[in-house]
Amino acid sequence: MTVVVGYVPTPEGEAALTQAITEARKNNTTLVLINSSKGEATVDNRFAQEGDIHDIEQRLASQGIQYLVKRPVRGHDAAAEVLDAAEEHHADLIVIGLRRRTPVGKLIMGSTSQRILLEADCPVLAVKAG
Amino acid sequence: MDVWSSLMDGFATALTPMNFLYAVIGVILGTAVGVLPGLGPAMTVALLLPVTYALEPTSAFIMFAGIYYGGMYGGSTTSILLNTPGESSSVVTAIEGNKMAKAGRAAQALATAAIGSFVAGTIGTALLAVCAPIVVKFAVSLGAPSYFAIMVLALLAVTAVLGSSRLRGFASLGLGLAIGLVGMDSVTGQRRLTFGQPLLADGLDIVVVAVAIFAVGEALWVAAHLRRTPLHAIPVGQPWMGKSDWKRSWKPWLRGTAFGFPFGALPAGGAEIPTFLSYVTEKRLSKHPEEFGKGAIEGVAGPEAANNAAAAGTLTPMLALGLPTNATAAVMLAAFTSYGIQPGPQLFSSQGPLVWALIASLFIGNFLLLIINLPLAPLWAKLLQLPRPYLYAGILFFATLGAYSVNLQAFDLVLLLVLGALGFMMRRFGLPVLPLVLGVILGPRIEGQLRKTLQLSAGDPAGLLGEPIAVGVYVIIALILAWPFAYKLFRRNRPATAPAGGAAGLATDTDDTVHSNHHAVYSDHKEQP
Repeated sequence: MTVVVGYVPTPEGEAALTQAITEARKNNTTLVLINSSKGEATVDNRFAQEGDIHDIEQRLASQGIQYLVKRPVRGHDAAAEVLDAAEEHHADLIVIGLRRRTPVGKLIMGSTSQRILLEADCPVLAVKAG
Repeated sequence: MDVWSSLMDGFATALTPMNFLYAVIGVILGTAVGVLPGLGPAMTVALLLPVTYALEPTSAFIMFAGIYYGGMYGGSTTSILLNTPGESSSVVTAIEGNKMAKAGRAAQALATAAIGSFVAGTIGTALLAVCAPIVVKFAVSLGAPSYFAIMVLALLAVTAVLGSSRLRGFASLGLGLAIGLVGMDSVTGQRRLTFGQPLLADGLDIVVVAVAIFAVGEALWVAAHLRRTPLHAIPVGQPWMGKSDWKRSWKPWLRGTAFGFPFGALPAGGAEIPTFLSYVTEKRLSKHPEEFGKGAIEGVAGPEAANNAAAAGTLTPMLALGLPTNATAAVMLAAFTSYGIQPGPQLFSSQGPLVWALIASLFIGNFLLLIINLPLAPLWAKLLQLPRPYLYAGILFFATLGAYSVNLQAFDLVLLLVLGALGFMMRRFGLPVLPLVLGVILGPRIEGQLRKTLQLSAGDPAGLLGEPIAVGVYVIIALILAWPFAYKLFRRNRPATAPAGGAAGLATDTDDTVHSNHHAVYSDHKEQP
């Protein structure tokens, strides 16, 4: 019984994390946080820094939530990593943050959220940045 | 020969719209490859060598000069924002620069690096314009024995003085000289190292060798270490400097220039040693020594100025003697040869307008770099988010295109892959690339001078010592080679006093630190995924 949250250090990611914490406390389940990078660029701003992750861990610990932080760097895209983790930890909920994308941007770049929504085997909760 | 009027003619040539456009392309490309770790101006110029078949020499060299200077500027941006030197000569910049950036002073660090580079580059280029003709005047009196000796000195110095391991340096140099030997002997017509393969009779084209070693080798290396934990670039706005920053920067700029130019101009050039010397000096002279190690602006201003002045200095032996001492200059020399222009002291008289246009374009390039670097620094940092697979796919595409375009022979592609594999193995085993490239490019020229000397002396090796300058240079070579042994002996005999020894202690201390910086660059490369 777990809640899997796809985290990125952006307002959307923060919103998703906040929501995931609420869900995890409500159901008293483990929270699995995924923050991945393909590791192909020298700089990836969507990969959280050591310090940020440390802050998040403290925040989770202080709320008394059981948690697991995963930061895979193995060339898979974010959607695949979240779906993998959901399967591995038998997630009963995936929480993701949505950001505004133009149709053209979506056509070119694809959409991580869309892939998770379509391919996940459990309910997916999508939140927007406050 | 009036320097001033020649230089003004040079400006007139370099400022024609077409040439100016090439200067702009050059500095933009140069900055881009300087910013990206792993790519450098040498690889870029090598990839662009095939354009020499279509472009006028002047335009091509103006573009190459822009790439050369641009690489120096770009390297500092990466050093400061990422703590990963974009380029070997900006290793020292990273020490203080990254600390400044972490303390929220990235804008000032970038500004002092860019303005310092501009100041040093401009002074350095002016010194180049003044010194080069003087060196030429001296050089035309040299005969083949002296030339041979000076070239041997340059090769040995680059191999033995720079880099972390002499053994690896010499291994790399040997490989380079062997590759340079392939083909028909120019005097007797005998075939050497061709293995009965008629396609090898013309020798290996330098474009193929340079592109394979720099581009294909690096691409294979990156492919083998594709996934690495991504880094964070420190966000930065528009670079600017306050009044106190200016006050603390201008002296280090000038001192850095004074260190950089002579070291660049020496045949054992390289920008690593002067940047380090400048750092040590600033640390000692600073009024804020407590800030060193926590982000002192002097520690960015001095080394950055030194590395740009060294870049200008390196062009002095390149243009005046035909003697390159860094990889980019070596590849530029190959471009001269591919135009059928004979590099050497006669270059200033036979190709005067070209050389002066090149020097003028260095002034212009420097100015352009200041303009595009100050406001656009945040944009350059964005380049670091490019995924490596796309980047290197593009590089491999251009590498293949370039190698094929040389002779339109599929055989060259085989050579490209074989030498690319060699380049990969060299990176794998920590062999420096520079001695190999210098060996390939200088090898045949050294051989030419040796043959000339021996022909003049009718085969008597004593002819090699026929000129006083040659004898003097051999003494220096002997000193360079004997130094580590002598030092070891000295250390063994006086173990207690050696570490505290004055000048000698300082010199080796610097060497060690420079070398460990080299290791830092390498270990970044070797980081496991």
